[in-house]
Amino acid sequence: MSKPKSLFEKVWERHIVEEEGADKPAVLYIDLHLVHEVTSPQAFSELDARGLKVRRPDRTFATLDHSIPTLAPDADGNRPYVTAQAKKQVETLEANAAKNGLRLFGYDAENRGVVHVIGPEMGLTQPGFTVVCGDSHTSTHGAFGCIAFGIGTSEVGHVLATQCLAQRKPKTMRINITGALQPGVTGKDVALTVINTLGFSGGTGYALEYAGPVIEALDMEGRMTVCNLSIEAGARCGMIAPDQKTVEWLRGREYVPQGAAFDEAAAQWLTLKSDDGAVFDKEITIDGSAIEPMATWGTSPDQGAPIVRGVPVAANEDEERALKYMGFTGGEAREVEKVDVVFIGSCTNGRMADLRAAAAIMKGRKVAPGVRALIVPGSEWVRVEAEKEGLHNIFLEAGAEWRLPGCSMCIAMNGDFVLPGQLAVSTSNRNFEGRQGPGSRTVLASPATAAASAIAGHVADPRQFMQLESA
Amino acid sequence: MSNQEPVNSFSSRIVVLPEANIDTDQIIPARFLTTTTKAGLGKVAFNDWRYTADGSNKPHILNEIDPTEHRVLVAGNNLGCGSSREHAPWALMDYGFKAVISTEIADIFKSNSLKNGLLPVVVSPDIHDKLTQNPQQRVTIDLESCTLTLEDGTTVTFQVEAFARQCLLEGVDAMGWLLKRLPEIEAYEKTNGKAA
Ligand code: SF4
Repeated sequence: MSKPKSLFEKVWERHIVEEEGADKPAVLYIDLHLVHEVTSPQAFSELDARGLKVRRPDRTFATLDHSIPTLAPDADGNRPYVTAQAKKQVETLEANAAKNGLRLFGYDAENRGVVHVIGPEMGLTQPGFTVVCGDSHTSTHGAFGCIAFGIGTSEVGHVLATQCLAQRKPKTMRINITGALQPGVTGKDVALTVINTLGFSGGTGYALEYAGPVIEALDMEGRMTVCNLSIEAGARCGMIAPDQKTVEWLRGREYVPQGAAFDEAAAQWLTLKSDDGAVFDKEITIDGSAIEPMATWGTSPDQGAPIVRGVPVAANEDEERALKYMGFTGGEAREVEKVDVVFIGSCTNGRMADLRAAAAIMKGRKVAPGVRALIVPGSEWVRVEAEKEGLHNIFLEAGAEWRLPGCSMCIAMNGDFVLPGQLAVSTSNRNFEGRQGPGSRTVLASPATAAASAIAGHVADPRQFMQLESA
Repeated sequence: MSNQEPVNSFSSRIVVLPEANIDTDQIIPARFLTTTTKAGLGKVAFNDWRYTADGSNKPHILNEIDPTEHRVLVAGNNLGCGSSREHAPWALMDYGFKAVISTEIADIFKSNSLKNGLLPVVVSPDIHDKLTQNPQQRVTIDLESCTLTLEDGTTVTFQVEAFARQCLLEGVDAMGWLLKRLPEIEAYEKTNGKAA
């Protein structure tokens, strides 16, 4: 019998064009390359300088998400760009896509949106694929059993020119999450707990596989949230074995095979799982039943804690510095964290399931006085679906803003940002100093927690606003 | 054609930023990423550490030193975590740095740095202490032997992935290396049902 293999190894081996050696990396084939306006211009320039064109336009898809305004254009169709340079960046991608024959999901496309939201949504992302993008949260696509990772602009150029990357095989780590989640606990809380357990660089050098009953029970949106945040523990990528849920989620989407061909593909997808006895370089277990709604209190995503336990007391100098930046002393209850801004959106939590969770809490309630709540759907498809369900009305009636899709306050480069000193509860993925605007302070949490915090006016455990069935 | 000039051996004074977990949002804040070129990012390297909101200088070491004299950045543990933006090494190089030293350097940042000729050097905590305790010192970095020599004469080796090292030493260009493999890539596509 052949040696048992992990999910990662199975997918990796299928994409090796040339094996790695002591003095050379492997040549890894890339099935899907997603491109956006921010990390691609210099890569296209490199191709131009060499007289090259994009080698596989059929495997390369572009979208506008990072630097685009989330406010509607004016009567003349002018978009409220933050700077002329942002406009130029968008136009540069439009020109590069046209020149190379790439499909660009631009302003007129019904599928435009945040790159990691639209890939799965259209079925561009398929189990067993290798997926790359010049964006570190490419790990999101690992929820479908893909090896999916972020690359720099030089590598964007490599993939555009050759559809391949020079790569070393990372180590593997399996994270088993046992038990069952308590009511009111979501994929985001699982992810923040995993990062808190591993530490900020605990995943460096590893490809993660998430497994166990908690992961199996999560819906695809929750799995995407978990994989999305792998990079925040330093990991190269995170993956989850495809199962029947994955198959049903993908069925009928635009770019997956249709009819009998789909069932054939699906049968093959379901073989993509770690064999019994597969060996990992590291394996850890987390008790899923003990996970509670989480919120970060510091300036890196691993600095999080269950909301009910309050702000922790600093254990070292780094934590002291983080607390100081956030304006906490440590040891206080989270109620003292008065909220100025709430941001619900991003590739971490900007999908339908996320907006539904937020709406369930905001329904019939009002955003606390003085709080600015910004709801930004992850894609046009999400925006339209949410409007069909009337979620936008729930948000608007609660006093929140309802925007057009984009990265928005996740990266704060399009004009949506948090003011100096303000505290934001965000469903995005990074709480670094100034990430949401110079001097901004960020608390990362789930959509339910963000919505609850908007209503309460301070960081709040969402369970107080939920009708939970007693467990 | 080559991506960059070959890198080999050089000596320089260091500059120490002792903070741990310096992420790429600190190295270059996102609002400067609307650029469509690589040029000129040095002036916004560590922008929010160096300037106030109105653009005037804050008292910060990077505003005080002569960048042509200080080509080696020594940072606290876990440098370069966060975003995959290659703008981070571009900004550091445009400022004047040729190498960065830490006890741990994030994966994507490391790989992005190597592709641009910015040398990431990972050292043990005691060597790191020796560097930060004498922040005025001059060090020598030699890529051929993969050694770092401190002012007190201590010499340690560091690791650089073999292929990246060869690219740097010989000015080999990684895209050219991949382009040479196009026949193999086409063969792979055919065998695996991935041809266009
Ligand atoms: S939403 Fe945030 S993390 Fe996601 S792609 Fe946009 S900027 Fe990157």
